Amino acid sequence: MARKVLTLAEVRDGALRNVSFEAISAAKTIAEGGEVVAVVVGASVRSFASELIAYGADRVVVVEHGKLATYTPDGYAQALQAVVEQEKPEGIVFGHTALGKDLSPKLAAKWQSGLVSDVVAVEEAGGNIVFTRPIYSGKAFEKKIVTDGLIFVTVRPNNIAPLEKDESRTGAVVDVQVEIKDLRTIVRDIVRKTAEGVDLSEAKVIVAGGRGVKSAEGFEPLKELANVLGGAVGASRGACDAGYCDYSLQIGQTGKVVTPDLYIACGISGAIQHLAGMSNSKVIVAINKDPEANIFKVADYGIVGDLFEVVPLLIEEFKKLKVHS
Amino acid sequence: MNIFVLMKRTFDTEEKIVIQNGKVSEEGAEFIINPYDEYAIEEAIQVRDQHGGEVTVVTIGNEDAEKELRTALAMGADKAVLINIEDDVENRDQYTTATVLAEYLKDKEADLILAGNVAIDGGSGQVGPRVAELLGIPYVTTITKLEMDGTNVKAVRDVEGDEEVIETSLPLLVTAQQGLNEPRYPSLPGIMKAKKKPLEELELDDLDLEEDDVEAKTKTIEIFLPPKKEAGKILQGDIADQVKELVSLLHTEAKVI
Repeated sequence: MARKVLTLAEVRDGALRNVSFEAISAAKTIAEGGEVVAVVVGASVRSFASELIAYGADRVVVVEHGKLATYTPDGYAQALQAVVEQEKPEGIVFGHTALGKDLSPKLAAKWQSGLVSDVVAVEEAGGNIVFTRPIYSGKAFEKKIVTDGLIFVTVRPNNIAPLEKDESRTGAVVDVQVEIKDLRTIVRDIVRKTAEGVDLSEAKVIVAGGRGVKSAEGFEPLKELANVLGGAVGASRGACDAGYCDYSLQIGQTGKVVTPDLYIACGISGAIQHLAGMSNSKVIVAINKDPEANIFKVADYGIVGDLFEVVPLLIEEFKKLKVHS
Repeated sequence: MNIFVLMKRTFDTEEKIVIQNGKVSEEGAEFIINPYDEYAIEEAIQVRDQHGGEVTVVTIGNEDAEKELRTALAMGADKAVLINIEDDVENRDQYTTATVLAEYLKDKEADLILAGNVAIDGGSGQVGPRVAELLGIPYVTTITKLEMDGTNVKAVRDVEGDEEVIETSLPLLVTAQQGLNEPRYPSLPGIMKAKKKPLEELELDDLDLEEDDVEAKTKTIEIFLPPKKEAGKILQGDIADQVKELVSLLHTEAKVI
Protein backbone atom coordinates (compact mmCIF):
# COMPACT_ATOMS: atom_id res chain seq x y z
CA MET A 1 0.00 0.00 0.00
CA ALA A 2 1.62 3.20 -1.16
CA ARG A 3 1.68 5.91 1.47
CA LYS A 4 2.81 9.51 1.56
CA VAL A 5 5.38 9.90 4.32
CA LEU A 6 6.98 13.08 5.67
CA THR A 7 10.36 13.31 7.35
CA LEU A 8 11.53 16.17 9.51
CA ALA A 9 15.07 17.18 8.57
CA GLU A 10 17.29 18.59 11.29
CA VAL A 11 20.03 21.15 10.93
CA ARG A 12 22.80 21.34 13.51
CA ASP A 13 25.85 23.62 13.33
CA GLY A 14 24.95 24.70 9.83
CA ALA A 15 24.64 21.22 8.35
CA LEU A 16 21.97 18.56 8.01
CA ARG A 17 22.34 15.80 10.57
CA ASN A 18 23.03 12.28 9.31
CA VAL A 19 19.91 11.02 11.03
CA SER A 20 17.88 13.18 8.64
CA PHE A 21 19.14 11.04 5.75
CA GLU A 22 18.49 7.87 7.74
CA ALA A 23 14.92 9.10 8.34
CA ILE A 24 14.43 9.45 4.56
CA SER A 25 15.61 5.86 4.13
CA ALA A 26 13.15 4.65 6.81
CA ALA A 27 10.38 6.71 5.23
CA LYS A 28 11.02 5.01 1.87
CA THR A 29 10.34 1.62 3.46
CA ILE A 30 7.20 2.88 5.18
CA ALA A 31 5.97 4.61 2.00
CA GLU A 32 6.02 1.34 0.01
CA GLY A 33 6.41 3.18 -3.25
CA GLY A 34 4.53 6.30 -2.14
CA GLU A 35 5.98 9.78 -2.00
CA VAL A 36 8.60 10.74 0.59
CA VAL A 37 8.55 14.45 1.43
CA ALA A 38 11.32 15.93 3.55
CA VAL A 39 10.33 18.95 5.63
CA VAL A 40 12.97 21.43 6.69
CA VAL A 41 12.10 24.11 9.23
CA GLY A 42 14.07 27.16 10.33
CA ALA A 43 14.83 30.81 9.68
CA SER A 44 16.79 30.25 6.48
CA VAL A 45 17.00 26.61 5.43
CA ARG A 46 16.09 26.51 1.75
CA SER A 47 19.67 25.76 0.77
CA PHE A 48 19.46 22.29 2.37
CA ALA A 49 16.71 21.11 0.02
CA SER A 50 19.01 19.80 -2.72
CA GLU A 51 20.96 17.58 -0.34
CA LEU A 52 17.73 16.05 1.00
CA ILE A 53 16.72 15.24 -2.57
CA ALA A 54 20.15 13.74 -3.26
CA TYR A 55 19.54 11.44 -0.28
CA GLY A 56 16.21 10.25 -1.62
CA ALA A 57 13.48 12.73 -0.78
CA ASP A 58 11.01 12.96 -3.67
CA ARG A 59 10.08 16.49 -2.73
CA VAL A 60 11.09 19.03 -0.09
CA VAL A 61 8.83 21.35 1.85
CA VAL A 62 10.55 24.44 3.23
CA VAL A 63 9.04 26.28 6.17
CA GLU A 64 10.89 29.49 6.95
CA HIS A 65 10.06 31.99 9.67
CA GLY A 66 12.17 34.17 11.93
CA LYS A 67 10.51 32.63 14.98
CA LEU A 68 11.67 29.20 13.86
CA ALA A 69 15.38 30.04 14.06
CA THR A 70 15.56 28.22 17.39
CA TYR A 71 13.56 25.10 18.14
CA THR A 72 10.57 25.43 20.43
CA PRO A 73 7.81 22.80 20.69
CA ASP A 74 5.09 25.40 20.02
CA GLY A 75 6.85 26.96 17.02
CA TYR A 76 7.72 23.68 15.34
CA ALA A 77 4.29 22.19 16.11
CA GLN A 78 2.63 25.13 14.36
CA ALA A 79 4.95 24.71 11.38
CA LEU A 80 4.34 20.97 11.16
CA GLN A 81 0.62 21.40 11.60
CA ALA A 82 0.51 23.69 8.57
CA VAL A 83 2.51 21.17 6.54
CA VAL A 84 0.43 18.18 7.62
CA GLU A 85 -2.82 19.99 6.83
CA GLN A 86 -1.54 20.78 3.35
CA GLU A 87 0.21 17.48 2.58
CA LYS A 88 -2.13 15.07 4.40
CA PRO A 89 0.55 12.40 4.94
CA GLU A 90 0.00 8.96 6.39
CA GLY A 91 3.23 8.95 8.34
CA ILE A 92 5.94 11.23 9.75
CA VAL A 93 9.50 10.15 10.57
CA PHE A 94 11.72 12.08 13.00
CA GLY A 95 15.22 11.49 14.25
CA HIS A 96 15.34 10.13 17.79
CA THR A 97 17.26 13.25 18.78
CA ALA A 98 16.64 15.82 21.50
CA LEU A 99 14.39 17.66 19.05
CA GLY A 100 12.60 14.59 17.73
CA LYS A 101 12.02 13.21 21.21
CA ASP A 102 10.65 16.56 22.39
CA LEU A 103 8.37 17.29 19.45
CA SER A 104 7.02 13.96 18.17
CA PRO A 105 4.88 13.02 21.23
CA LYS A 106 3.17 16.43 21.09
CA LEU A 107 2.26 15.93 17.45
CA ALA A 108 1.22 12.31 17.97
CA ALA A 109 -1.09 13.45 20.77
CA LYS A 110 -2.46 16.26 18.60
CA TRP A 111 -3.41 13.74 15.90
CA GLN A 112 -4.58 11.13 18.41
CA SER A 113 -2.05 8.71 17.07
CA GLY A 114 0.51 6.23 18.28
CA LEU A 115 4.23 6.87 18.11
CA VAL A 116 6.87 4.21 17.71
CA SER A 117 9.99 5.80 19.13
CA ASP A 118 13.68 4.92 19.03
CA VAL A 119 13.33 2.61 16.02
CA VAL A 120 16.46 0.73 14.92
CA ALA A 121 15.00 -1.19 11.95
CA VAL A 122 12.01 -0.93 9.61
CA GLU A 123 10.75 -3.69 7.32
CA GLU A 124 7.68 -4.74 5.41
CA ALA A 125 6.53 -8.12 6.66
CA GLY A 126 3.23 -9.94 6.23
CA GLY A 127 1.42 -6.88 4.91
CA ASN A 128 2.55 -4.72 7.82
CA ILE A 129 5.29 -2.20 8.34
CA VAL A 130 7.18 -3.67 11.28
CA PHE A 131 9.35 -1.52 13.53
CA THR A 132 12.08 -2.93 15.75
CA ARG A 133 13.04 -0.97 18.85
CA PRO A 134 15.04 -1.65 22.00
CA ILE A 135 13.33 -2.06 25.36
CA TYR A 136 15.06 -2.12 28.73
CA SER A 137 17.75 0.01 27.07
CA GLY A 138 18.71 -2.73 24.65
CA LYS A 139 18.58 -5.69 27.03
CA ALA A 140 15.71 -6.83 24.78
CA PHE A 141 13.97 -5.73 21.59
CA GLU A 142 10.35 -5.52 20.50
CA LYS A 143 8.69 -5.51 17.10
CA LYS A 144 5.76 -3.13 16.77
CA ILE A 145 3.13 -2.29 14.24
CA VAL A 146 0.84 0.74 14.05
CA THR A 147 -2.80 -0.31 14.24
CA ASP A 148 -4.63 3.01 14.03
CA GLY A 149 -4.02 6.67 13.17
CA LEU A 150 -1.00 8.27 11.55
CA ILE A 151 2.33 6.44 11.59
CA PHE A 152 4.60 8.52 13.81
CA VAL A 153 8.14 7.21 14.14
CA THR A 154 11.46 8.37 15.57
CA VAL A 155 14.58 6.59 14.28
CA ARG A 156 17.69 6.11 16.37
CA PRO A 157 20.81 7.68 14.83
CA ASN A 158 23.42 5.32 13.32
CA ASN A 159 21.12 2.33 12.82
CA ILE A 160 19.21 2.63 9.54
CA ALA A 161 21.50 2.96 6.54
CA PRO A 162 20.84 6.09 4.49
CA LEU A 163 20.33 5.74 0.75
CA GLU A 164 23.33 6.33 -1.44
CA LYS A 165 23.77 10.04 -2.12
CA ASP A 166 22.91 10.77 -5.75
CA GLU A 167 23.35 14.37 -6.94
CA SER A 168 21.53 13.62 -10.18
CA ARG A 169 18.20 13.10 -8.44
CA THR A 170 15.65 15.83 -8.94
CA GLY A 171 12.59 16.88 -7.01
CA ALA A 172 10.38 19.89 -6.41
CA VAL A 173 11.05 22.32 -3.58
CA VAL A 174 7.93 24.01 -2.24
CA ASP A 175 7.44 26.67 0.39
CA VAL A 176 4.76 26.55 3.03
CA GLN A 177 3.94 29.89 4.64
CA VAL A 178 3.14 29.82 8.32
CA GLU A 179 2.04 32.33 10.86
CA ILE A 180 3.76 31.59 14.16
CA LYS A 181 1.57 32.67 17.06
CA ASP A 182 2.61 32.96 20.68
CA LEU A 183 5.38 30.67 21.85
CA ARG A 184 4.81 29.62 25.43
CA THR A 185 8.43 28.62 26.00
CA ILE A 186 11.31 30.91 25.05
CA VAL A 187 14.92 29.84 24.65
CA ARG A 188 16.80 32.56 26.50
CA ASP A 189 20.28 31.13 26.11
CA ILE A 190 22.13 28.11 24.76
CA VAL A 191 25.25 27.12 26.68
CA ARG A 192 27.62 24.98 24.66
CA LYS A 193 29.18 22.31 26.84
CA THR A 194 30.04 19.68 24.26
CA ALA A 195 33.29 19.99 22.38
CA GLU A 196 33.53 20.12 18.60
CA GLY A 197 29.85 19.29 18.17
CA VAL A 198 30.36 15.50 18.15
CA ASP A 199 27.24 14.27 19.90
CA LEU A 200 27.36 10.96 21.76
CA SER A 201 24.24 9.59 20.11
CA GLU A 202 25.59 10.19 16.61
CA ALA A 203 29.30 9.59 17.21
CA LYS A 204 30.88 6.83 15.13
CA VAL A 205 33.58 6.35 17.76
CA ILE A 206 33.15 6.65 21.53
CA VAL A 207 35.93 6.53 24.08
CA ALA A 208 34.37 5.91 27.48
CA GLY A 209 35.86 5.99 30.94
CA GLY A 210 34.81 4.39 34.21
CA ARG A 211 35.91 4.46 37.81
CA GLY A 212 39.33 3.26 36.67
CA VAL A 213 39.94 6.74 35.22
CA LYS A 214 40.21 7.87 38.84
CA SER A 215 39.76 11.65 38.40
CA ALA A 216 38.51 14.42 36.14
CA GLU A 217 42.10 14.91 34.91
CA GLY A 218 42.24 11.19 34.15
CA PHE A 219 39.76 11.84 31.33
CA GLU A 220 42.30 14.01 29.45
CA PRO A 221 44.01 11.11 27.60
CA LEU A 222 40.57 9.72 26.73
CA LYS A 223 39.59 13.08 25.27
CA GLU A 224 42.77 13.15 23.22
CA LEU A 225 42.12 9.65 21.91
CA ALA A 226 38.55 10.64 21.00
CA ASN A 227 39.88 13.71 19.19
CA VAL A 228 42.36 11.67 17.18
CA LEU A 229 39.54 9.33 16.13
CA GLY A 230 37.00 12.12 15.52
CA GLY A 231 34.80 10.64 18.22
CA ALA A 232 33.13 11.61 21.47
CA VAL A 233 33.88 10.92 25.12
CA GLY A 234 31.41 9.01 27.30
CA ALA A 235 31.42 7.68 30.84
CA SER A 236 29.96 5.04 33.11
CA ARG A 237 27.63 5.84 35.97
CA GLY A 238 30.49 5.11 38.36
CA ALA A 239 32.64 7.83 36.81
CA CYS A 240 29.74 10.34 36.81
CA ASP A 241 28.72 9.55 40.40
CA ALA A 242 32.34 9.99 41.47
CA GLY A 243 32.24 13.47 39.93
CA TYR A 244 34.91 12.80 37.25
CA CYS A 245 32.61 14.11 34.53
CA ASP A 246 29.22 15.59 33.75
CA TYR A 247 26.09 13.42 33.85
CA SER A 248 25.41 14.37 30.24
CA LEU A 249 28.21 11.97 29.29
CA GLN A 250 26.70 8.99 31.09
CA ILE A 251 26.11 5.88 29.03
CA GLY A 252 23.87 3.13 30.36
CA GLN A 253 20.32 2.27 31.27
CA THR A 254 20.18 5.56 33.11
CA GLY A 255 21.94 7.87 30.69
CA LYS A 256 22.44 7.52 26.95
CA VAL A 257 22.10 4.39 24.89
CA VAL A 258 24.67 4.41 22.11
CA THR A 259 25.50 2.27 19.09
CA PRO A 260 28.73 3.60 17.56
CA ASP A 261 30.91 1.68 15.12
CA LEU A 262 33.68 1.56 17.72
CA TYR A 263 33.33 1.73 21.50
CA ILE A 264 36.52 1.86 23.54
CA ALA A 265 35.81 1.17 27.22
CA CYS A 266 38.64 2.32 29.48
CA GLY A 267 38.65 1.32 33.14
CA ILE A 268 34.99 0.29 33.00
CA SER A 269 34.08 -2.86 34.91
CA GLY A 270 30.91 -3.54 32.93
CA ALA A 271 27.92 -3.38 35.28
CA ILE A 272 24.67 -4.61 33.69
CA GLN A 273 23.33 -1.08 33.77
CA HIS A 274 26.30 0.15 31.69
CA LEU A 275 26.27 -2.79 29.27
CA ALA A 276 22.61 -2.02 28.51
CA GLY A 277 23.70 1.32 27.10
CA MET A 278 26.54 0.18 24.84
CA SER A 279 26.55 -3.56 24.16
CA ASN A 280 24.89 -3.09 20.77
CA SER A 281 27.88 -1.10 19.51
CA LYS A 282 29.36 -2.66 16.37
CA VAL A 283 32.88 -3.22 17.75
CA ILE A 284 33.81 -3.02 21.42
CA VAL A 285 37.31 -2.67 22.78
CA ALA A 286 37.89 -3.11 26.52
CA ILE A 287 40.92 -1.87 28.40
CA ASN A 288 40.95 -2.90 32.03
CA LYS A 289 43.47 -3.96 34.65
CA ASP A 290 41.19 -6.68 35.96
CA PRO A 291 41.15 -9.71 33.61
CA GLU A 292 37.91 -10.87 35.29
CA ALA A 293 36.07 -7.60 34.53
CA ASN A 294 32.60 -8.17 33.07
CA ILE A 295 33.31 -5.79 30.21
CA PHE A 296 35.56 -8.41 28.56
CA LYS A 297 32.48 -10.64 28.09
CA VAL A 298 31.00 -8.21 25.57
CA ALA A 299 34.27 -6.94 24.11
CA ASP A 300 35.45 -7.95 20.65
CA TYR A 301 39.02 -7.09 21.59
CA GLY A 302 40.46 -6.78 25.05
CA ILE A 303 43.69 -5.52 26.51
CA VAL A 304 44.38 -6.40 30.12
CA GLY A 305 46.42 -3.48 31.32
CA ASP A 306 46.58 -0.03 32.84
CA LEU A 307 44.58 2.44 30.77
CA PHE A 308 47.09 5.19 31.56
CA GLU A 309 49.74 3.10 29.84
CA VAL A 310 47.57 1.76 27.01
CA VAL A 311 45.66 4.90 25.97
CA PRO A 312 48.73 7.09 25.23
CA LEU A 313 50.21 4.23 23.17
CA LEU A 314 46.90 3.92 21.31
CA ILE A 315 46.94 7.65 20.55
CA GLU A 316 50.43 7.30 19.02
CA GLU A 317 49.47 4.25 16.96
CA PHE A 318 46.27 5.84 15.61
CA LYS A 319 48.22 8.99 14.73
CA LYS A 320 50.72 6.87 12.78
CA LEU A 321 47.89 5.09 11.00
CA LYS A 322 46.38 8.45 10.06
CA VAL A 323 49.66 9.64 8.58
CA HIS A 324 50.00 6.48 6.50
CA SER A 325 46.47 6.38 5.14
CA MET B 1 1.03 25.28 44.66
CA ASN B 2 -0.78 22.27 43.28
CA ILE B 3 1.91 19.82 42.18
CA PHE B 4 1.51 16.44 40.47
CA VAL B 5 4.13 13.82 39.68
CA LEU B 6 3.63 11.12 37.05
CA MET B 7 5.39 8.00 38.24
CA LYS B 8 6.10 4.56 36.80
CA ARG B 9 7.22 1.39 38.49
CA THR B 10 10.01 -0.32 36.57
CA PHE B 11 12.45 -3.22 36.76
CA ASP B 12 15.60 -2.52 38.76
CA THR B 13 18.47 -1.51 36.47
CA GLU B 14 20.52 -4.54 37.52
CA GLU B 15 17.80 -7.00 36.42
CA LYS B 16 18.47 -9.34 33.53
CA ILE B 17 15.64 -9.81 31.08
CA VAL B 18 14.06 -13.24 30.66
CA ILE B 19 11.42 -13.86 28.03
CA GLN B 20 8.69 -16.37 28.75
CA ASN B 21 5.68 -17.07 26.53
CA GLY B 22 6.58 -14.09 24.37
CA LYS B 23 6.55 -11.70 27.31
CA VAL B 24 9.18 -10.28 29.61
CA SER B 25 8.99 -12.41 32.74
CA GLU B 26 8.44 -10.47 35.97
CA GLU B 27 9.06 -13.52 38.13
CA GLY B 28 11.34 -12.75 41.02
CA ALA B 29 12.28 -9.37 39.54
CA GLU B 30 13.05 -6.43 41.81
CA PHE B 31 11.03 -3.31 41.08
CA ILE B 32 11.90 0.29 41.72
CA ILE B 33 10.54 3.75 41.03
CA ASN B 34 11.73 4.60 37.52
CA PRO B 35 15.01 6.47 38.29
CA TYR B 36 14.01 9.53 36.25
CA ASP B 37 10.68 9.70 38.09
CA GLU B 38 12.62 9.71 41.35
CA TYR B 39 14.21 12.99 40.29
CA ALA B 40 10.71 14.30 39.51
CA ILE B 41 9.43 13.32 42.96
CA GLU B 42 12.43 14.89 44.69
CA GLU B 43 12.04 18.12 42.71
CA ALA B 44 8.31 18.24 43.48
CA ILE B 45 9.02 17.94 47.21
CA GLN B 46 11.66 20.68 47.04
CA VAL B 47 9.33 23.00 45.11
CA ARG B 48 6.56 22.41 47.65
CA ASP B 49 8.90 23.01 50.59
CA GLN B 50 9.98 26.30 49.04
CA HIS B 51 6.69 27.59 47.65
CA GLY B 52 4.07 25.73 49.70
CA GLY B 53 1.28 23.52 48.41
CA GLU B 54 0.76 19.83 47.98
CA VAL B 55 2.43 17.00 46.01
CA THR B 56 0.28 14.23 44.55
CA VAL B 57 2.02 11.25 42.94
CA VAL B 58 0.00 9.47 40.26
CA THR B 59 0.73 6.13 38.66
CA ILE B 60 -1.00 3.77 36.28
CA GLY B 61 -0.52 0.17 37.28
CA ASN B 62 -1.90 -2.65 39.36
CA GLU B 63 -1.98 -3.10 43.12
CA ASP B 64 1.75 -4.00 43.13
CA ALA B 65 2.53 -0.35 42.36
CA GLU B 66 1.24 0.55 45.82
CA LYS B 67 4.70 -0.24 47.16
CA GLU B 68 6.39 2.37 44.97
CA LEU B 69 3.63 4.90 45.74
CA ARG B 70 4.25 4.37 49.47
CA THR B 71 7.95 4.94 48.85
CA ALA B 72 7.12 8.26 47.17
CA LEU B 73 4.92 9.17 50.14
CA ALA B 74 7.75 8.20 52.49
CA MET B 75 10.09 10.51 50.57
CA GLY B 76 7.64 13.31 51.37
CA ALA B 77 4.83 13.40 48.82
CA ASP B 78 1.44 14.21 50.36
CA LYS B 79 -0.98 12.05 48.43
CA ALA B 80 -0.89 9.14 46.03
CA VAL B 81 -3.24 7.99 43.29
CA LEU B 82 -3.22 4.55 41.71
CA ILE B 83 -5.13 4.28 38.46
CA ASN B 84 -5.69 0.60 37.79
CA ILE B 85 -6.80 -0.06 34.22
CA GLU B 86 -5.36 -3.54 33.89
CA ASP B 87 -8.72 -5.33 33.89
CA ASP B 88 -10.46 -2.75 31.73
CA VAL B 89 -8.04 -2.19 28.87
CA GLU B 90 -6.33 -5.08 27.16
CA ASN B 91 -4.26 -3.22 24.57
CA ARG B 92 -2.31 -0.36 26.10
CA ASP B 93 0.41 1.91 24.79
CA GLN B 94 1.62 5.46 25.43
CA TYR B 95 -1.54 6.83 23.82
CA THR B 96 -3.52 4.91 26.45
CA THR B 97 -1.37 6.05 29.35
CA ALA B 98 -1.38 9.71 28.33
CA THR B 99 -5.12 9.77 27.64
CA VAL B 100 -5.91 8.26 31.05
CA LEU B 101 -3.51 10.58 32.90
CA ALA B 102 -4.80 13.67 31.08
CA GLU B 103 -8.38 12.70 31.83
CA TYR B 104 -7.50 12.37 35.52
CA LEU B 105 -5.61 15.68 35.56
CA LYS B 106 -7.94 17.83 33.49
CA ASP B 107 -10.03 19.19 36.38
CA LYS B 108 -7.28 19.17 39.02
CA GLU B 109 -6.00 22.69 38.28
CA ALA B 110 -2.39 21.56 38.47
CA ASP B 111 0.15 24.37 38.57
CA LEU B 112 3.12 22.12 37.97
CA ILE B 113 3.31 18.55 36.68
CA LEU B 114 6.58 16.66 36.82
CA ALA B 115 7.55 13.36 35.23
CA GLY B 116 10.69 11.46 34.34
CA ASN B 117 11.91 12.18 30.81
CA VAL B 118 11.87 8.48 29.97
CA ALA B 119 11.14 5.18 31.69
CA ILE B 120 13.98 2.71 31.65
CA ASP B 121 11.76 -0.21 30.61
CA GLY B 122 9.72 0.80 27.56
CA GLY B 123 11.98 3.75 26.90
CA SER B 124 9.46 5.62 24.77
CA GLY B 125 9.78 9.02 26.48
CA GLN B 126 6.38 10.08 25.21
CA VAL B 127 4.00 10.38 28.11
CA GLY B 128 5.08 13.76 29.51
CA PRO B 129 4.76 15.82 26.31
CA ARG B 130 1.61 13.94 25.33
CA VAL B 131 -0.10 14.77 28.63
CA ALA B 132 0.92 18.45 28.34
CA GLU B 133 -0.50 18.61 24.82
CA LEU B 134 -3.78 17.00 25.91
CA LEU B 135 -4.07 19.44 28.83
CA GLY B 136 -3.17 22.40 26.61
CA ILE B 137 -0.19 23.48 28.73
CA PRO B 138 3.45 24.04 27.73
CA TYR B 139 6.23 21.63 28.59
CA VAL B 140 9.98 21.57 29.00
CA THR B 141 11.70 18.18 28.74
CA THR B 142 14.96 16.84 30.18
CA ILE B 143 15.41 19.61 32.73
CA THR B 144 18.46 19.83 34.99
CA LYS B 145 17.39 22.96 36.87
CA LEU B 146 14.08 24.57 37.82
CA GLU B 147 13.50 28.02 39.33
CA MET B 148 10.21 29.73 40.02
CA ASP B 149 9.21 33.28 40.83
CA GLY B 150 5.45 33.60 41.15
CA THR B 151 4.16 32.03 37.95
CA ASN B 152 7.36 32.75 36.03
CA VAL B 153 9.58 29.76 35.46
CA LYS B 154 13.19 29.47 34.40
CA ALA B 155 14.37 25.97 33.54
CA VAL B 156 17.62 24.63 32.20
CA ARG B 157 17.31 21.65 29.89
CA ASP B 158 19.89 19.18 28.69
CA VAL B 159 20.03 19.08 24.90
CA GLU B 160 22.47 16.36 23.91
CA GLY B 161 25.00 17.64 26.40
CA ASP B 162 24.45 21.34 25.77
CA GLU B 163 22.25 23.50 27.99
CA GLU B 164 19.21 25.48 26.95
CA VAL B 165 17.90 28.13 29.32
CA ILE B 166 14.11 28.24 28.93
CA GLU B 167 11.69 30.88 30.16
CA THR B 168 8.06 29.99 30.50
CA SER B 169 5.22 30.18 33.00
CA LEU B 170 2.82 28.05 35.04
CA PRO B 171 0.83 25.93 34.54
CA LEU B 172 3.62 23.78 33.14
CA LEU B 173 4.76 20.20 32.69
CA VAL B 174 8.45 19.36 33.01
CA THR B 175 10.33 16.10 32.60
CA ALA B 176 13.38 15.36 34.72
CA GLN B 177 16.87 14.56 33.50
CA GLN B 178 19.66 13.10 35.55
CA GLY B 179 21.53 15.84 37.41
CA LEU B 180 18.35 17.72 38.38
CA ASN B 181 18.82 16.81 42.04
CA GLU B 182 19.94 14.09 44.42
CA PRO B 183 16.81 12.10 45.38
CA ARG B 184 16.53 11.53 49.12
CA TYR B 185 16.13 8.16 50.76
CA PRO B 186 12.92 7.79 52.74
CA SER B 187 13.58 8.35 56.46
CA LEU B 188 12.21 6.01 59.09
CA PRO B 189 9.69 8.62 60.36
CA GLY B 190 8.85 9.25 56.70
CA ILE B 191 8.08 5.58 56.20
CA MET B 192 5.88 5.55 59.31
CA LYS B 193 4.00 8.67 58.19
CA ALA B 194 3.57 7.32 54.67
CA LYS B 195 1.40 4.49 55.97
CA LYS B 196 -1.24 7.00 57.05
CA LYS B 197 -1.13 9.24 53.99
CA PRO B 198 -4.05 8.99 51.54
CA LEU B 199 -3.71 6.56 48.63
CA GLU B 200 -6.66 6.73 46.29
CA GLU B 201 -7.47 3.93 43.85
CA LEU B 202 -9.30 4.65 40.62
CA GLU B 203 -10.49 2.61 37.67
CA LEU B 204 -11.44 3.57 34.14
CA ASP B 205 -15.11 4.03 35.17
CA ASP B 206 -14.14 6.62 37.77
CA LEU B 207 -12.56 8.69 35.01
CA ASP B 208 -15.56 8.60 32.74
CA LEU B 209 -13.61 6.76 30.06
CA GLU B 210 -14.55 3.75 27.96
CA GLU B 211 -12.10 1.12 26.75
CA ASP B 212 -12.56 2.40 23.18
CA ASP B 213 -11.41 5.88 24.20
CA VAL B 214 -8.03 4.65 25.32
CA GLU B 215 -7.31 1.60 23.21
CA ALA B 216 -3.72 1.40 21.95
CA LYS B 217 -2.76 2.77 18.54
CA THR B 218 0.24 0.46 18.28
CA LYS B 219 0.81 -3.21 19.02
CA THR B 220 3.82 -5.26 20.04
CA ILE B 221 3.96 -8.40 17.93
CA GLU B 222 7.23 -9.90 19.15
CA ILE B 223 9.75 -9.53 21.96
CA PHE B 224 13.23 -11.02 21.63
CA LEU B 225 16.66 -10.91 23.17
CA PRO B 226 19.64 -9.59 21.24
CA PRO B 227 21.99 -12.28 19.90
CA LYS B 228 24.51 -13.31 22.52
CA LYS B 229 27.93 -11.87 21.84
CA GLU B 230 30.72 -14.34 21.22
CA ALA B 231 33.59 -13.96 23.61
CA GLY B 232 36.15 -11.69 22.02
CA LYS B 233 39.88 -11.80 21.62
CA ILE B 234 42.01 -10.95 24.63
CA LEU B 235 45.34 -9.79 23.25
CA GLN B 236 48.58 -11.16 24.64
CA GLY B 237 52.18 -10.11 24.98
CA ASP B 238 53.94 -6.86 25.63
CA ILE B 239 51.52 -3.93 26.06
CA ALA B 240 53.12 -1.94 23.23
CA ASP B 241 52.74 -4.96 20.89
CA GLN B 242 49.15 -5.47 22.02
CA VAL B 243 48.35 -1.87 21.16
CA LYS B 244 49.94 -2.25 17.70
CA GLU B 245 47.98 -5.46 17.13
CA LEU B 246 44.74 -3.84 18.28
CA VAL B 247 45.09 -0.88 15.92
CA SER B 248 45.91 -3.24 13.09
CA LEU B 249 42.88 -5.48 13.89
CA LEU B 250 40.55 -2.48 14.07
CA HIS B 251 41.88 -1.31 10.72
CA THR B 252 42.05 -4.58 8.77
CA GLU B 253 39.72 -7.08 10.49
CA ALA B 254 36.96 -4.98 12.07
CA LYS B 255 37.40 -2.20 9.49
CA VAL B 256 36.06 0.47 11.82
CA ILE B 257 39.10 2.74 11.57
